[in-house]
Amino acid sequence: MSAPAWVEKHKEKIEEIIARYPKKRSALMPLLHLAQEERGWIADEDIEAVAAILGETKSVVESVCSFYSLFYRRPMGKYVITVCGNITCGLSGAQELVDHLERRLGIKVGETTPDGLITLLVTGECIAACDGAPALQVNLEYCGNVTPERADEIIELIKKGEDPAAISDRFGIPPVKAV
Amino acid sequence: MAFEPVLTKGIGKLDLVDIEVYESQGGYQALRKALKQMTPEDVHNEVKKANLRGRGGAGFPAGIKWGFLPDDGRPRYLCCNADESEPGTFNNKMLIEYNPHLLIEGILLAAYATKAAQSFIYIRGEFKRGYETLVKALAQAKAKGYVGRNILGSDFSQEITIHRGAGAYICGEETGLLSSLEGGRGEPRIKPPFPAVSGLYGCPTVVNNVETLCNVPFIVDRGAEWFLSIGTEKSPGTKIFSVSGKVRRPGNYELPLGVTLRELLEEHAGGLLPGRTLKAVQPGGASSPVLLPEHLDIPLDFDSVQAAGSILGTAGVIVFDDTVCMVRTALYYADFFSHESCGQCTPCREGTAWTARILRRIEQGQGTEHDLEVLRSLKETMSGTTICLLSDFSITYLQSVLKHFEDEFKAHVHGRSCGLHAREVRSA
Repeated sequence: MSAPAWVEKHKEKIEEIIARYPKKRSALMPLLHLAQEERGWIADEDIEAVAAILGETKSVVESVCSFYSLFYRRPMGKYVITVCGNITCGLSGAQELVDHLERRLGIKVGETTPDGLITLLVTGECIAACDGAPALQVNLEYCGNVTPERADEIIELIKKGEDPAAISDRFGIPPVKAV
Repeated sequence: MAFEPVLTKGIGKLDLVDIEVYESQGGYQALRKALKQMTPEDVHNEVKKANLRGRGGAGFPAGIKWGFLPDDGRPRYLCCNADESEPGTFNNKMLIEYNPHLLIEGILLAAYATKAAQSFIYIRGEFKRGYETLVKALAQAKAKGYVGRNILGSDFSQEITIHRGAGAYICGEETGLLSSLEGGRGEPRIKPPFPAVSGLYGCPTVVNNVETLCNVPFIVDRGAEWFLSIGTEKSPGTKIFSVSGKVRRPGNYELPLGVTLRELLEEHAGGLLPGRTLKAVQPGGASSPVLLPEHLDIPLDFDSVQAAGSILGTAGVIVFDDTVCMVRTALYYADFFSHESCGQCTPCREGTAWTARILRRIEQGQGTEHDLEVLRSLKETMSGTTICLLSDFSITYLQSVLKHFEDEFKAHVHGRSCGLHAREVRSA
């Protein structure tokens, strides 16, 4: 199997990442992040490439990768919507939001729309957006106080190909609340 | 006169991410002062004198923690714990996204005081925006000569490496953080040895929370006496309280430690939702036992909250009103801890999963009195039996609600429900 394209494309960046740390092994997670940014998920050949770069075995890289919920080992939609399922969001209507998204997108939690556009996830961890409960992330960009109406607007923007950061700029949580 | 915030001053009004705006507000003056007029020992002593207690949950004095580093020629490392993942807590996120230079300056001062060879910021993977903000701020600070070799013409050099996590609550535990930073699974390690003696790469290491480090520039700039004049005698300074749940105005409120729970909820967080009554408050994260309406007038400082039977923890304050089913709240946490157990220790891996299973059947009206007895006995098997404290912490809130809201658990067991609407958020 030949190395994935990101290895050659980011040759200098990979060296720079490794140089940040006193020990090479610390570059393992940054390299997995780099691979995932390129592909949207982490394929077997990415695991092999990271192992080869660091001089570790594939099983070591796989073992570390599997520990972390944000490393996806299967293809994901272009947009990943992650609804916070922890306590404050749960008490503020997160399940109603999930129900709405499932109906609206025609998929269940964990699935991707047939056109490959959107994957819907629910997180077990609190995403630290409790002041905007119920909250979700679009490709890790925050949206708060997500009523079904706001969820529909977010989906419309996604369908138009809007940048997740721009979606968050519009639907995010202000740091200071109006009195 | 209204209290003037320290760490959050200017947030929402000024673009403090821009280094020149930060400098115009006195930013990086503490670093200049330290490098020109103070030895590392002077900075350390000032922080010790200020009794700056760790803001990440434990409340352990930072100055004393720094003093545990052995002087044996090994390189020392400073790690900023920015893996803020405690349910109900979102104050580090605000500091990182809106005041990143304050954190960088705090890290530089702490690194100077502890003579660290290199500093790391371990930021949770979900904080993508925060990561990008820190990367940008760090590049500005480097360009201005605040970070790198011979900072401001002094002998002090420091590199700060920003390291992204990837979704694991346990990496907020300091040894789990170090395992992760070394490129491993975020599995905690047996203590002792503590990180001060054997931390990152087996070297002396300090791990401090974001908010703790953000206090250091002010202590250096204005002095320990100033810091000690805010808050209470044993818990000086301010704290950013993250308030969420059933209040009108959830958000971050920076107030002196020792502010009463009543003032925080009624004056700052806007009080309860219309027509509701207060049932319980969790003052500091998933493991903090409940406080009750009778505790509204206690001062929120480390010792007073402990005296009231809970912990201040991260000061992530979650408010439950009379619409909230307390069995359901316990189930949220049980699911959470089960999901986040790293799996190394049997009592935690199996115990958290079984706790969730038992609570789920009680919540669904299928539980028995025997289930309640099992839940009450968990301390015997899940406390003090594992490498880290996640197992211990997974049952403290549960024990408090079993005690104070026993009638709700009984209603689920005998009447199959407490009558309160509560739906489950399903995970994939």
